[in-house]
Amino acid sequence: MPANARPLSPHLSIYRWQIQMVTSILHRATGIALAAGTILLVVALLALASGPQAYAQVAAFCGSWFGTLLLVGWTWSLAYHLLNGIRHLWQDLGYGYLPAQFVRNGWLVSIGSVLLAGLVWACVLAQRGGA
Amino acid sequence: MNGRLRTPLKNALGLGSARQGSHHFIVQRLTAAALVLLGLWFVWTVLKLLHLDYAGAHALVAQPCNAVLLLAFVVTAFWHAQLGLQVVIEDYVHTRGSQLVLQVAVKFLCFIGAAASVLAILKIALGR
Repeated sequence: MPANARPLSPHLSIYRWQIQMVTSILHRATGIALAAGTILLVVALLALASGPQAYAQVAAFCGSWFGTLLLVGWTWSLAYHLLNGIRHLWQDLGYGYLPAQFVRNGWLVSIGSVLLAGLVWACVLAQRGGA
Repeated sequence: MNGRLRTPLKNALGLGSARQGSHHFIVQRLTAAALVLLGLWFVWTVLKLLHLDYAGAHALVAQPCNAVLLLAFVVTAFWHAQLGLQVVIEDYVHTRGSQLVLQVAVKFLCFIGAAASVLAILKIALGR
């Protein structure tokens, strides 16, 4: 129960889905996901500091199907949060607010994030194939 | 009334502007701008780490330039994460008790995460 029951403005279920709200929701969602992902970063750094056995365990987890799934998710989250973050900085400078620009930039960021994450994993797979 | 031109509601609730919003806004964007560069460098470095064994990975992170950039990335990332999570909790958690617990927990965890990462990087860079 909220401490003070105030009237609420119309919320998510009221609105038709559109790119403007999806890009905003995804920015927060990927931000939360990336914050959680820092746990793996800390664990990997501690393992690298403590020795080959610990590092091998982290490497094995990253190579497992579950680890790979998480890493693919975090790669896309980082790509999206990075590109949409640049878009937000651009908007903070006062650009890109006309509806047409807003929608176009939203699609650019969304498609760009998939391409960027795909590029990173293409590099991963190319290295794996080469090694 | 106390004679000042203020609504009694503000004094009653004690929830007026804390006058810290601008600083939060600016630091969030400063860390964001830094993370654009550091984030790209981080992904590039992780791709280099992939085909290295333990000794190679250790040596790469131990290089002074890489160690410094990694320190900067980790500290900035946790700082930015704390600022962002703070706003998410402010927006979506409306019960005072849970909000307080979550806000404090996020700050503690981000600090511990940053401290642990810094220790690990320093140990890698300075050890042996």
